[in-house]
Amino acid sequence: MINKSAVEMAEALNKGEITSVELTKAHLKQISEVDGQVHAFLHVDTQGALEQASQVDAKRSAGEKLPALAGVPLALKDVLVQKGIPTTCGSKMLEGWRPPYDSTVVRKLKENGIVILGKTNMDEFAMGSSTENSAYGPSRNPWDLTRIPGGSGGGSSASLASFQAPLAIGTDTGGSIRQPAAVTGTVGVKPTYGGVSRYGLVAFSSSLDQAGPCARTVLDAAYLHEAIAGHDPLDSTSINAPVPAVVAAAKDGNIKGMKIGVIKELQGDGYQAGVLKLFNESLDILASLGAEIVEVSCKYFDYALAAYYLIAPSECSSNLARFDAMRYGIRNGQGSAEEVMNATRQIGFGREVKRRIILGTYALSSGYYDAYYGSAQKVRTLISRDFESAFKLADVLVSPTAPTTAFKIGEKSNDPIAMYLNDIATIPTNLAGIGGMSLPSGLAAEDGLPAGFQIMAPAMKDDLMYKVGAALEAELNTKWQGPILNSAPTIGAK
Amino acid sequence: MSNISRDDVANLAKLARIDLSEDELAGLAKELSVILDAVARVQEVAGEDVPPTSHPLPLVNIFREDVVRPSLTPQEALSGASEQEEQRFKVPQILGEE
Repeated sequence: MINKSAVEMAEALNKGEITSVELTKAHLKQISEVDGQVHAFLHVDTQGALEQASQVDAKRSAGEKLPALAGVPLALKDVLVQKGIPTTCGSKMLEGWRPPYDSTVVRKLKENGIVILGKTNMDEFAMGSSTENSAYGPSRNPWDLTRIPGGSGGGSSASLASFQAPLAIGTDTGGSIRQPAAVTGTVGVKPTYGGVSRYGLVAFSSSLDQAGPCARTVLDAAYLHEAIAGHDPLDSTSINAPVPAVVAAAKDGNIKGMKIGVIKELQGDGYQAGVLKLFNESLDILASLGAEIVEVSCKYFDYALAAYYLIAPSECSSNLARFDAMRYGIRNGQGSAEEVMNATRQIGFGREVKRRIILGTYALSSGYYDAYYGSAQKVRTLISRDFESAFKLADVLVSPTAPTTAFKIGEKSNDPIAMYLNDIATIPTNLAGIGGMSLPSGLAAEDGLPAGFQIMAPAMKDDLMYKVGAALEAELNTKWQGPILNSAPTIGAK
Repeated sequence: MSNISRDDVANLAKLARIDLSEDELAGLAKELSVILDAVARVQEVAGEDVPPTSHPLPLVNIFREDVVRPSLTPQEALSGASEQEEQRFKVPQILGEE
């Protein structure tokens, strides 16, 4: 049962073929068997998950009408707070902290009867593309345990690809949902900014951060999207508008007559040949389904990475000031409050977090503000304008999700610039606040590893990416004679 | 070519309230110079006529009625504190001795 889709699991629960407790136990068993090798989880809440599952089972036996995903298990990225459950954000700074409240995403998951198995590994405070920046050690890619599962949400993507959970939650500031999905052969969606509440999401870069669904199929992601999305008075940047009908769109999948724009600037140099070949094959499939493929140019995208690596560190230098050793988190050192603060932040933060805080402090400091942060904000305007023009020519835009397949653990960890290039195709959507989806495009010829196909839609038109994604997924599954993860190696056989 | 010195990093670390070791200061000085060179290109296209964007949504202040509503208990709010006393966070000395 654990290798079925979430929708199939929900059907089995509805038909009484399996209980949520049984389903949850099957996943906990898989976790105990494979996570020693994958390291997707930082904390497994066995007791809490089983209690939640038995509550759902009781309601179902009593004949209560339950939400679509009730009783299906999920893995939660450790950047979202869950009351009483350790939340570390992959940092030593929060080791041992148990939050006293639920994030809105967690509240909605619980209301939907979705069983939370535990918290997944991530780059510290979501800064990274590989999980190598986690203070608790990297997660490993189920396709090849010597490779990265993407980041920052590599724990969530690895849990899906190793069948430890059928659903997961990620957060995406520059690609942290989509790039992990691409390199693990799974599906990940960054909703429109403001589509899912950030209340209880530990902030990295507030104008870019967005939580979203991770799954193994487009339809599963759509159901999870509808479960967690919607206006929230506790997040002042939450959009007060109806949630796009993403489930209906994923079920529809009719793209005849749709215009699909290929972004000229997001291919070519720096992209692995096998990744580009799969991208072009996916375009052929979309064309064969009646979509019209057009080429669009977004000439300022070449500046997106530079703008991002000023804006995100600037916001992070301000957001992470809250970790001051006074109210929660670890405390280290002697002397005055300031001395304790300085000493705690030295041991509490890892290398990449320190690097970004210092970079952000520089970009915001007087004398450099206009040249760096100010200029980056102007580039942000130019990128939004690029998208506006492109969406006049096409309903959705597409590109490869990441320029390469999964690289080896350790391969790029000493070269920040090389690491940052992983996000070159995902960052523009965060800067503009629009939605983006990644789904598998196939296995690259060079290395047999999964690559991702990215679909971007205008703000609050998230349904369009689900429609296109579902159409492509159906054709590819026919071609592959089943989901791509059927080809992944089995873990645990020793 | 950006040239960030060890002392520049030390000053930034002071502003950011992080103690850094000599190794970290030296390493970050080198890395920051490289990163700043790479990101400085935003200046090429940031013309006078381009307005800045700080946020993807047009933000407005959101108000609510100032009424009592459920919140954390003092015990819950203090649950993560290293030290507490009389329902307050206990922190190291903040002001000087005089």
